[in-house]
Amino acid sequence: MNLTPEQIQRYSRHLLLKQVGGQGQEKLLAGSVLVVGAGGLGAPLLLYLAAAGVGTLGVVDDDQVDLTNLQRQIIHKTGDVGRDKTQSAREALLALNPDVTVKTHTVRLNAKNAYELVSAYDLVADGSDSFETRALINDACFFARRPLVSAAVGQFDGQLSLFKAYDTDERGSRFPCYRCLYPQSPAPGTVPSCAEAGILGALSGVMGAWQALEVLKEILSIGTSLAGRLVLFDGLGAQTRNVKIQPDPDCALCGAHPTIKDLTLHHG
Amino acid sequence: MQVTINGETQALDAPLNLQALLKKLGLDGRKVAIERNLEIVPHSVYKQTGLQDGDRIEIVHFIGGG
Repeated sequence: MNLTPEQIQRYSRHLLLKQVGGQGQEKLLAGSVLVVGAGGLGAPLLLYLAAAGVGTLGVVDDDQVDLTNLQRQIIHKTGDVGRDKTQSAREALLALNPDVTVKTHTVRLNAKNAYELVSAYDLVADGSDSFETRALINDACFFARRPLVSAAVGQFDGQLSLFKAYDTDERGSRFPCYRCLYPQSPAPGTVPSCAEAGILGALSGVMGAWQALEVLKEILSIGTSLAGRLVLFDGLGAQTRNVKIQPDPDCALCGAHPTIKDLTLHHG
Repeated sequence: MQVTINGETQALDAPLNLQALLKKLGLDGRKVAIERNLEIVPHSVYKQTGLQDGDRIEIVHFIGGG
């Protein structure tokens, strides 16, 4: 694949970076990423991935744009209220960069469709808004052997990591999965959602953009990945902590004696 | 022995494992992870993991918003 004169101009600031360059840009253009949730995280995440020229973007969301979303979900505009988020996002992404192919999946991710959807892309980025969906995406990515860049936000705090428990580091040690960190979903209703607890809009911007950065690093194979590490961002304190996540030897999905062998537990 | 929990130094007069620590703090294990000296400790080893003098513990709260 050769870059066109217009692409050389569009991506010139990438081409200047020796870690990206023409080869890296071609990797981005050939890459495909499934983004789950076109909300607070998905909005900046999708915009930066499209701007960067990631060739194929899949957008999963079954929701419609609501006026309460617009304080942070900057991919959607006032005139989009009531439209499917996938359609609104697609329009914004194509307006930003017509190089990108946007595939819309206006469905809720479930046990039936998750494996197939995840398998159709090189990498998955989770910006969903429920623990159940997060666990499902983790399991589907593990079985489909797809790297999962997972971000979460709440009020003034953000968390970010990369999960690829099907893989090992350079010394042969297994990486953890999302369940090694959070083995059980909190009981429904015990951890408040953004709709219940509120969120400072710019916080989701920080975390969504950071998630995009980690996705781009993974496609480009540059820098140090967040596999096996968790970033904890405290927006009010303007502080970041970076902690190790140990693989749980008893993890139900990726441990020595797994009890989760397919996605059937996510049915119903 | 002295440990630091969420930035506050506390003196403990008896050994305490991480499961007992959660109980002492009144926390639901499904909603938090425990970070000990900058490492997340797997839930399955809480019972076998005793606090050591000088440990720095942070409680990481689950968040799942997007």
